[in-house]
Amino acid sequence: MNEHWYMLTLVGRDRPGIVARVTHALFEGGCHLGETSMMRLGGNFTIMMMLRYTGTTHSLEQLVAGEAESLGLRLHVDRVEGGLHKHVEPDVRITVYGADRAGIVAQVTGALAEAGLDILDLISDVGGTEQAPIYILHIEGRALEGIPALESALEIVKGKGVDAQLAPVDIMVG
Amino acid sequence: MLDILKYPDERLKQASQPVVAFDDALRAFVADLEETLRAGPGGVGIAAPQVGRFERIVIVDISAMRKLPAGSSSSGRMLLINPEITEWEGMVMGREGCMSVPDYTGNVIRAEKICFTACDEFGEQREYRCEGFEARAVQHEVDHLDGMLFLDRLVSRRSDLFRRKVYKKDEK
Repeated sequence: MNEHWYMLTLVGRDRPGIVARVTHALFEGGCHLGETSMMRLGGNFTIMMMLRYTGTTHSLEQLVAGEAESLGLRLHVDRVEGGLHKHVEPDVRITVYGADRAGIVAQVTGALAEAGLDILDLISDVGGTEQAPIYILHIEGRALEGIPALESALEIVKGKGVDAQLAPVDIMVG
Repeated sequence: MLDILKYPDERLKQASQPVVAFDDALRAFVADLEETLRAGPGGVGIAAPQVGRFERIVIVDISAMRKLPAGSSSSGRMLLINPEITEWEGMVMGREGCMSVPDYTGNVIRAEKICFTACDEFGEQREYRCEGFEARAVQHEVDHLDGMLFLDRLVSRRSDLFRRKVYKKDEK
């Protein structure tokens, strides 16, 4: 049987040991991990991992179903087209923050998308206190229509109760 | 054109020895090293151990970049033999890649300004002062001479963005 790429997603209440137990089960089952993102989001632990596996979606689900159930994680598996060594480098980094309210991400990314931003990586957090939460958004991406276009878009967004900073990413290759 | 060693080649982790003979053989090697740097796409620096010669020789030249990064000095081509960094000032986070580590870039904290000494191909020592992107390139290359890669200095993707700059206490 041929090897395929799969995207495996696991989400559930955070507790120590999740990564070790899940990846051990995958390793024992003959999976080869590719790029992954595993992080805590608001008390949940979220895992997205691409992996190579010789077998069906169903047999891959069976490999981790036992651990997922005992850890209380919801499991989802998709067969995907994918591959390694496909990194695209960012040329711009944007930070946005402000008092938390609904719609910040939609407004900011909408304005930036219109100005030619291709998002490669976005991480957001809610900090502050329960009474006065603040929203913090970090974006890395490519400025397909140039950095000045993004700067203009951010100026408009900044009038709507958020602060924003943009900096070019100059990659030093040595 | 010399072949570039690629990690996980263990030789990249070994320390290089000072140059003692400033002779024609050294100058011929420097020419080959420079040709290899110029052939690499986007590379602004190269260190001798990257081509398997474990001597303390570095070339840095950011002048060929399309646009000089903000805040960077620009000293043109610098051939640095037996370089010694003598002063460090400030810290700044920036993105680095490496010809010896293809298809990966990561964030690294470096000194913002440095002073250093190095010899030219005839053994004459001189002093340099660099800042910003150019100072980053020199520190990256000098690390190669000590068997260090930027992978040894990666900072967390999630937390680094608030740490772009650490000011000295008296500047607060």
